[in-house]
Amino acid sequence: MVASDRPLTAPLTTAVQRYGQRVSIDHSASDMTCLVVAPEDLVALCTHLRDDPALRFDFLSDICGVDIFPQTPRFMLVYHLFSVPHKWRLRLKCRLGDPPNAPTVIPVWPTANWHEREAYDMYGITFDGHPDLRRIYMWDGFDGYPMRRDFPLRGYKDDYNPLGVTRPSEAGE
Amino acid sequence: MTEATVISEVSTDTGLSREVLLNLGPQHPSTHGVLRLLLQMDGEIVERIEPHIGLLHRGTEKLFESFTYTQIFPLTDRLDYLCPPANNLGYALAVEGLLGIKAPERAQYIRVMMAELSRISGHLLITGALPMDVGAMTSLLYTMRDREMVMDLMEMITGVRMHTSFCRVGGVREDLPEGAEARILEFCDIFTARISDYETLLENNRIFLARVENIGNITGEDAIALGLSGPNLRASGVDWDIRRDEPYEIYGQVEFDVITRKDGDCYDRWKCRVDEMRESLKIIRQCIGQMPKGDILIDDPKIAFPVDKDLLAHSMETHIHHFKLSADGIQVPAGEFYAATEAPKGELGYYLISDGGEKPFRLKVRAPSFVNLQALCERTTNIKYLADVIAMLGSLDPVMGEVDK
Repeated sequence: MVASDRPLTAPLTTAVQRYGQRVSIDHSASDMTCLVVAPEDLVALCTHLRDDPALRFDFLSDICGVDIFPQTPRFMLVYHLFSVPHKWRLRLKCRLGDPPNAPTVIPVWPTANWHEREAYDMYGITFDGHPDLRRIYMWDGFDGYPMRRDFPLRGYKDDYNPLGVTRPSEAGE
Repeated sequence: MTEATVISEVSTDTGLSREVLLNLGPQHPSTHGVLRLLLQMDGEIVERIEPHIGLLHRGTEKLFESFTYTQIFPLTDRLDYLCPPANNLGYALAVEGLLGIKAPERAQYIRVMMAELSRISGHLLITGALPMDVGAMTSLLYTMRDREMVMDLMEMITGVRMHTSFCRVGGVREDLPEGAEARILEFCDIFTARISDYETLLENNRIFLARVENIGNITGEDAIALGLSGPNLRASGVDWDIRRDEPYEIYGQVEFDVITRKDGDCYDRWKCRVDEMRESLKIIRQCIGQMPKGDILIDDPKIAFPVDKDLLAHSMETHIHHFKLSADGIQVPAGEFYAATEAPKGELGYYLISDGGEKPFRLKVRAPSFVNLQALCERTTNIKYLADVIAMLGSLDPVMGEVDK
């Protein structure tokens, strides 16, 4: 990966300094530069990263939800950005509490629409301002969020899934 | 918004309404697998397109978390099931990135050659299927005939035609069999002439051109905003190819052109793929010519099984490592890595988070078809009629195994 060994360039450092302590650099990532941002600053930072002519992160590759149960804050959103003009990559991390809630980045990158629906479907992360937030893989009546770490691999027991695990609430009754 | 509320939006009060809700798929041949499109129509004019996906969802990412790193290869085969070697490669690079290793050079050449063969296999399908979607049946028969040759090569090299699982962490499963290079070169010679046949067949076909030219145009700016990648993006004039711009494996050592087009319409997306197959042949020929002799798997008993199986009968240490590797799998150091490769459908990204164990803590797939399909429902494209939806969908070339995961 060419992007992996690129240093944090001056314009990115300037962008980080604008937000004081609220945006920090994650030094644990070895493959590309990684910033950690609070949900309140997410949209503003993303807009800056896209519009600054020296940065031009115009391509949102992916949004990944992560559940770090039982740690707190429990959830994390990971954004992978790419700059088509400059040909380099950047990762953003945004930690979320439980229940997880984040602002939508669709106004910055329209492609975020389905990525955010996926994160909602799999982890139950709600995105404020999303125009059409609903499940994308599972059916509307599906109960629970299957990619959460406490969701059993075989699903919960019901009429259609006799081999599933009994729900904790039902087991206690 | 549930399906019920969508349907209730259409007025049927008078019985004279021209508005219709049309379900296209999931069994319709032009929906390229199990895709269901909900179309809101005003007569023949499409007002809104709403893709419903999830019919093929197999919980791949959930399964990743309970499989060892080697056991995951067969799961990656089933994403873009037309091009398994390309899917294997991206995943192997993510794990190798965290392990800090590289496959031996011969293995890298074999991987790239297989990935390019699979690119041809994938592109052949759309080269024939898009014309079929818009009414020209013959081309699909020709492309399927030629795709059989690729399938035969896959069978000869890997033992299976579809789900090859040929990559391993640190290399490939086996070396090329006797005579494989000659057979691959023979295929290259035959296929070079046949690509021109497709162009002759379709570029003089007025009906085909009328159905795809100036339909579904996407500007370069919109394509980037929509997250399109691969041929779908390059057809809109954006000159970006991960093989050239962030070279992985031996892509930096082979010469090829990045194909771009200007208009970003259905025809350009089709043509882009036809031309890309020529470049793939160029890469395959160079791989065969440059491929050195040597190892095909890294020599590290904690990562790879021994290539020389005789060692198992004579060395107790090899036996122990083999047992440990079979039972526990590979221990990958804690950390994270995003490996992006230029798969046939676009940027295929594997984001791997490891907690230091023998199973991924989280493995997210950035599947290009998932993102590309989203462009269908955005009104930045100039789709007007129902017939245009079919052409647009075919030209985006989604594979539902990758869309639904």
